[in-house]
Amino acid sequence: MTQYDAIVIGAGHNGLVCAALMAKAGRKVLLLEASDVVGGLAASREFHPGFRASPVHGVTYFSASVSKKLDLARHGLSFGPALPTIGLGQNGEHIALLGDVATGAMQADIDAYPAYRKQLLRYAKVLNALWEKTTPRIGGGNLLDSLVYAQAGLKMRMLGREDMGEFVRILTLPMRDLVAENFEDPRLQALLSWDGLIGSKMAPRSPNNAVLPLLLRMSGENEGDYVVPKGGVDALVRALEAAAKEAGVDIRTNSPVHKIDIAGSEEGLKAVGVALESGEVIAAKQVISSADPKTTFFDLVGAENLEIQFSNRVDRLRTDGFVAKFHAALSKAPEVPGLAHSNGRLLIAPDLDAIEFAYDAAKHGEASPNPVMEITFPTEHDASLAPAGKHVLSANVMYAPYKEKTDWSDAARTAFTSRIIETIEAYAPGFSALIEGHELLTPKDLEHQHRNTGGHWHHGELALEQMMMMRPTYGAAQYQTPVPGVYLCGAGCHPGGGVMGAAGMNAARQVLA
Amino acid sequence: MKKYDAIIIGAGHNGLTNAAYLAKAGLNVVVVEKNDYIGGAAVSRELHDGFVYSNCSYVCSMMRQVIHRDLDLTRHGLMLVPYMGTIAFGEKGERLISYASEGPNYNELKRHSPHDADAMYRLMADLERYSTLIRKTLLRTPPDPGRLRFRDINELLFLAKTFWELGENELYEYIRFFTMSAAEFLDDYFENDFIAAVMATPGIIGTALGVDSPGSAYILLHHVMGDVDGNIGAWGLARGGMGAISKSLAGALREHGGEIMTSAPVQQVLIKNGKASGVVLDNGDELEANIVVSNLDAKRTFTKIVDRSDLPERIFKKAENFKIRGSSGKVNIALSGLPKYDGVPNNRYINRGGQAFIGSMSTLERAYDCWKRGTWSDDPFIESVIPSAWDPTVAPPGQHWMSNFIQYCPPELADGPWTPEKRDAFGKTVIDKIERHSPGFKDLIVHMEVRTPFEIENEVGLTEGNIFQGELTIDQLLFNRPFPGYAQYRMPVKNMYMCGSSTHPGGGVSSACGANAAREILMDLRKSNTVPEDDCSDD
Repeated sequence: MTQYDAIVIGAGHNGLVCAALMAKAGRKVLLLEASDVVGGLAASREFHPGFRASPVHGVTYFSASVSKKLDLARHGLSFGPALPTIGLGQNGEHIALLGDVATGAMQADIDAYPAYRKQLLRYAKVLNALWEKTTPRIGGGNLLDSLVYAQAGLKMRMLGREDMGEFVRILTLPMRDLVAENFEDPRLQALLSWDGLIGSKMAPRSPNNAVLPLLLRMSGENEGDYVVPKGGVDALVRALEAAAKEAGVDIRTNSPVHKIDIAGSEEGLKAVGVALESGEVIAAKQVISSADPKTTFFDLVGAENLEIQFSNRVDRLRTDGFVAKFHAALSKAPEVPGLAHSNGRLLIAPDLDAIEFAYDAAKHGEASPNPVMEITFPTEHDASLAPAGKHVLSANVMYAPYKEKTDWSDAARTAFTSRIIETIEAYAPGFSALIEGHELLTPKDLEHQHRNTGGHWHHGELALEQMMMMRPTYGAAQYQTPVPGVYLCGAGCHPGGGVMGAAGMNAARQVLA
Repeated sequence: MKKYDAIIIGAGHNGLTNAAYLAKAGLNVVVVEKNDYIGGAAVSRELHDGFVYSNCSYVCSMMRQVIHRDLDLTRHGLMLVPYMGTIAFGEKGERLISYASEGPNYNELKRHSPHDADAMYRLMADLERYSTLIRKTLLRTPPDPGRLRFRDINELLFLAKTFWELGENELYEYIRFFTMSAAEFLDDYFENDFIAAVMATPGIIGTALGVDSPGSAYILLHHVMGDVDGNIGAWGLARGGMGAISKSLAGALREHGGEIMTSAPVQQVLIKNGKASGVVLDNGDELEANIVVSNLDAKRTFTKIVDRSDLPERIFKKAENFKIRGSSGKVNIALSGLPKYDGVPNNRYINRGGQAFIGSMSTLERAYDCWKRGTWSDDPFIESVIPSAWDPTVAPPGQHWMSNFIQYCPPELADGPWTPEKRDAFGKTVIDKIERHSPGFKDLIVHMEVRTPFEIENEVGLTEGNIFQGELTIDQLLFNRPFPGYAQYRMPVKNMYMCGSSTHPGGGVSSACGANAAREILMDLRKSNTVPEDDCSDD
């Protein structure tokens, strides 16, 4: 049987990227996936006979260097043009954002928007120095490492005095203050705050943690615009899978890992392989987990193999998801008054308070009675997701607490589902009549389906205290873990979640080093 | 006409401190105050026969001890009385009494949770370590990272060194603590919701954040970094009320030859070709001076008393965007006797402390939710203290006055501005909650003064009634306070300075802002510095 140099656990996009890059570097790599398909959260699953959907809406900031390194273009990955983000208004008055252009909002805001976006892009470019590198320990590592920070610092200085001050100031602003300082139109304010909040336990009034993720999202060459691969999100998964296979990665689905095999000796602990739930044991010198930190350290490594302070730090990680996924199988595309059919993303968030108050309910353990959401129609990009002529509606709905006070009883699920449908119906009259079937994926369901603790998109809050050299926590923030031979490569490590691939790439670099 | 070296606008504690240090350096200074009494938010006012209310700030801990000693405030009549023992009330009848001595305190915590009784040691050690660090920065001028002159680099290095001494891992912990919410930060220590709620309350006092809002953990620190006689985290009362602090500062000021002009509201600062040259009072009088120092909050200073045309437009915008949100109310009550509390042993010592009417962590957060919606919670957080139990000079014998601080109270209500009726309804909510824990409380009430942000703004002059002269969020701290590029107490207008709590290190009766500003002014005037270095000897 084959002797593997490295085993990568989890065939999500970061696992695929990491495995492929290691194989390209000549290592013999085995990629193990618990479910029956590769792609993790990006994989499309059937939710109603003949209808499929993926939790992922777009690939706005998928790393260009990953595409290049793995030559994904040759494997069939290409991106369509940037698509508009549309803020739905009642009675058919909508606003739209695409690139520098805002339409439908107050004139003053439309005029102010390009400058605002340019400013944020300037700041996003400063941070680009950080995302695709390992963020070294501060003062801990060697001086060379710290150059990463020096570089970012220099870029910051080059903004000039005024701009740098402003950068430092807005970095921790709540989205509400940031947008309210610049815009008047309530719908535009809500629309612009969205990308800073989505996926997190954050509301417009929450300070500190919104702007950094927003700038991360704007870091790619799409500059924050909504982008989907030609052929839909599946096209990305297929390309990554093809690249991995070509590089020589052995991929095994339906192979859930039970434990990472750890051997102890006078020299201490080290990974020697993995044991599958099937009982099969596979040896390897390096085990790289794209599972979230809590799953990796508590389920796969085991607290018994970790120093107590470290496992306490993993235990206190904030990993509760606050976003639900809603999928609807539609007999035809719904009509939204005043909106020619759109392949962009539609937001239902009338103003900042609507988002804030939706959050308040979730904060207290209740699904938002008046949810806000981001809607897309994946079938616009991949007709194969539904029977001919039919459509799939996919919505990220905020807010749905992982810890719902009834633990997501059927009653709670039904109530939330109907609130979602009623909300959409209000903007797309006749919508509910088109529904042939639907599914609600609460964070609990996502956790069950994807084994990501808390059902959290990003394997843990993208918050200052859990970012960069502190992601997931110090002692494991440079992809190595306290157990020699065990590495992290998932969204739980720097730079974090979103379909970006940088975590997998950085990890591969670190493991190969 | 008389020309002053410096005019200080606003006789709050920072204005008086600033003036005192300028006068001490030989400058001929005058403090102009709009009210007919001095003190700003640190006042003692007899609003009912024999009852002297500290009707804004009510307890003292943040006053820099070195200033207290340097200005000889004790000789000028300031006497700090540490008070101890606070009873916190939960919503399900829980009570947590904090004792001064360790043993009883530990047992009391243990009553609720043995785990948390131990965790409290961890929390206290961590908070003390964190605050010790911040304390070193209070009496220093923040660096300007945008300019990086020699002094800025020096100061940055000082900060770097100070924080470096924490060691790498502690540094990460510090960042974590600095950016998290009080609730989530404390979640790491306590299993008992009520104990966590009690410890979280300093994290919301005076701020437009909830226990669940990132950033509230720092506010918590801001409230425990003070000290009474070097006893970090302790709180004290000023004998005679908070006005005693202002009075003693005024005493020091006068001793050094400074003047104070009350009932002298400033209409505008005189600015001639980019230079401040004096002020015009509401009554039309003009006062000339080489230097004008504003102790008003940054928003008021830039948008009310300086002509917009005298400011660069972008600076005016910054001032408009300054986050200064009213979120607190105050109810001052004269009592015919000492209130008794349900289920609290009738122990004279215990009943002389403070009371915290809390509920639970979610009570606190829900009160914030109400604030967001432009109303007040019917179950608000009330922090009370009965100064007369310690200080016989503030109430007639056998009678008492009770200070009640309420979080939250909106600056304006969803259904329009405050009216006397709405104000009284707010007051009733407060005494109703106290009555629930102290049956018969209402019968003790002799007189009551209710202050919403509306009254606080109009009487004290704090924009929106924000007690810190500006939110204490990271975007407005250290070199960002009040905004980037202007954190070194100088205004964009020549010869004009800021010395209020809108500047570093922010709110709280600390006198640090005023002292720091004085040091900068004297530096510009090439006068020898009269402001002492902070001796963190107690650290």
